Amino acid sequence: MSRPVAIDVSHLGKTYDKVRAVDDLSFQVYTGEIFGLLGPNGAGKSTTLRILITLLNPTSGSATILGLDSVKDADRVRQTIGYVPQERAIDRFLTGREHLELLADLYHLSAEQAATRIPQLLKLVELEQQADRPAKTYSGGMKRKLDIACGLLPDPKILFLDEPTLGLDVQSRLRIWDHVRAMRERGITVVMTTNYLDEADQLCDRIAIIDGGRIKALGAPSELKIGLGGDLVSLTVREHDRVEQLAAAVKHLPAIRAVTATANGLDIRVDSPEKALPAILEAANRLTCQLEFIDYHRPRLDDVFIAHTGRSIKDDQPKTEDA
Amino acid sequence: MKEYSQEIRALTMRWVRRLSREKFSMLFTLVQPMLFWLIFFGNLFQRAADMQVTQSSSYISFLTAGVVVMTVLNNGLAGGVDLLFDKENGFLERLMSTPIHRTSVILSRFIFVTTITSLQVLVILGVAWLFGVQPVTGFAGVATILLIGMMFGVGLTAISMAMAFSVKSHGDFFSVLGFLSLPMIFLSSALVPLAAMPGWMGFLAQFNPMTWAIDAVRPLILQGWAEALPHVGMVIGVMVLFDALCLYGGARAFRRAIG
Repeated sequence: MSRPVAIDVSHLGKTYDKVRAVDDLSFQVYTGEIFGLLGPNGAGKSTTLRILITLLNPTSGSATILGLDSVKDADRVRQTIGYVPQERAIDRFLTGREHLELLADLYHLSAEQAATRIPQLLKLVELEQQADRPAKTYSGGMKRKLDIACGLLPDPKILFLDEPTLGLDVQSRLRIWDHVRAMRERGITVVMTTNYLDEADQLCDRIAIIDGGRIKALGAPSELKIGLGGDLVSLTVREHDRVEQLAAAVKHLPAIRAVTATANGLDIRVDSPEKALPAILEAANRLTCQLEFIDYHRPRLDDVFIAHTGRSIKDDQPKTEDA
Repeated sequence: MKEYSQEIRALTMRWVRRLSREKFSMLFTLVQPMLFWLIFFGNLFQRAADMQVTQSSSYISFLTAGVVVMTVLNNGLAGGVDLLFDKENGFLERLMSTPIHRTSVILSRFIFVTTITSLQVLVILGVAWLFGVQPVTGFAGVATILLIGMMFGVGLTAISMAMAFSVKSHGDFFSVLGFLSLPMIFLSSALVPLAAMPGWMGFLAQFNPMTWAIDAVRPLILQGWAEALPHVGMVIGVMVLFDALCLYGGARAFRRAIG
């Protein structure tokens, strides 16, 4: 299966003041997909994004965007991409329309091109009503929509979004997700950073989990979850000394993948909960081992994240350059 | 070339738009040097200042050259502030992610600051004129004053932008700005001629580019071409050097921040 590649990142590295923000990253983004860089603050995802949009030069390795080198062909790369920075990258004193007019000149559009494209974009992001109000009167969601309109102004082949829903309320978030999906429908390749697991899970076709400047896992969210080895059944056993006995009994049951003892019970990876659950309960019954609590869940992206980085995405960690 | 001018026009218009939307800030920035320094300070010291020392018919006429150059100083040193905010809120990144020439944003800032400063200098000279100060060298003299102001302003704006690109937070920026501005004024011939200063202050003031600028502007207003020309020639040389240094430093800071 070889899909057309939009972005090819090869052994990319970036060091600031002796801190390795990005360390030997290699990945590819396929044409037409939504690709997510997922990681906690300071993981290196923003640095990676900045290299891809030619704002930073890598210290080692290379990034190729539609066949163009991010350093040598920076100017041509800039013509083919759109960029949506984080929310506050807006001039409070300019109106929404003036933002677009400014960018139209910076992308060297002719007056006629600008005159047709700007109203279209304002309509697309539903900002027609507010187009002539200064941006300082906009809500967070409206600013984000303006950001997206700005990103789409050059009619880009690839759109880069930096934390597109950071700090937005739930409704605005869902709106933005719809917009991002609509871009994919229009054939635009989307690359975004996020530190929201649910966003990566629901929006992205493929994700790269980045931590400490390195890729820890890469693939479609569903693949990554399957890769963890099946659904998880967690048992809490009343008498802790019976855990070992129960583990031995469960291990050989059908549809069981792996059994690990935890502090007060067992974590059992199962292929099919329909088969495994009755068998597990029966085994516990047979041993007259009383169960206090049974928890069953499909692997979430949290679990993928923890499995690959050894910690939860919410855990605090020393902040490196990620501004 | 057509693209370059399209970018610069759009970016410069943005600064103009911003200024026109900040009416209060505009008013105070424009009025402050005239009101505080020229009108209050100039009239306040009218009798306290010794005409023998200032070598002029009134203190306000002596002070006009100082206020003109102080305005250039303050506008220049503050010239990077908007870029600092653009850097901090990510707008600069948005601009730099577009296919513009890397120098366009900076050039637009130079154009804007220089234009605003020149207009302000004209207004100051107009207000001074109301108080009876008429530049003896006439229109050509005023044009020369503007040229000196522009040359000094370019270097100062470059320093300001270099700082904007280098500082970690805008708190640092404003601290340095506040620290630089007043000593630059006191350690110059803006308020008192060098000869009348305490020795150590006069000594330090000699090295202040502001002194050179004022010493050229002042005879253009008070004395005439014959006295002014040597100073004008000198200051143009000094400013070429000053600008070259500042632009070199500014370019390095910019490359470090953007490249």
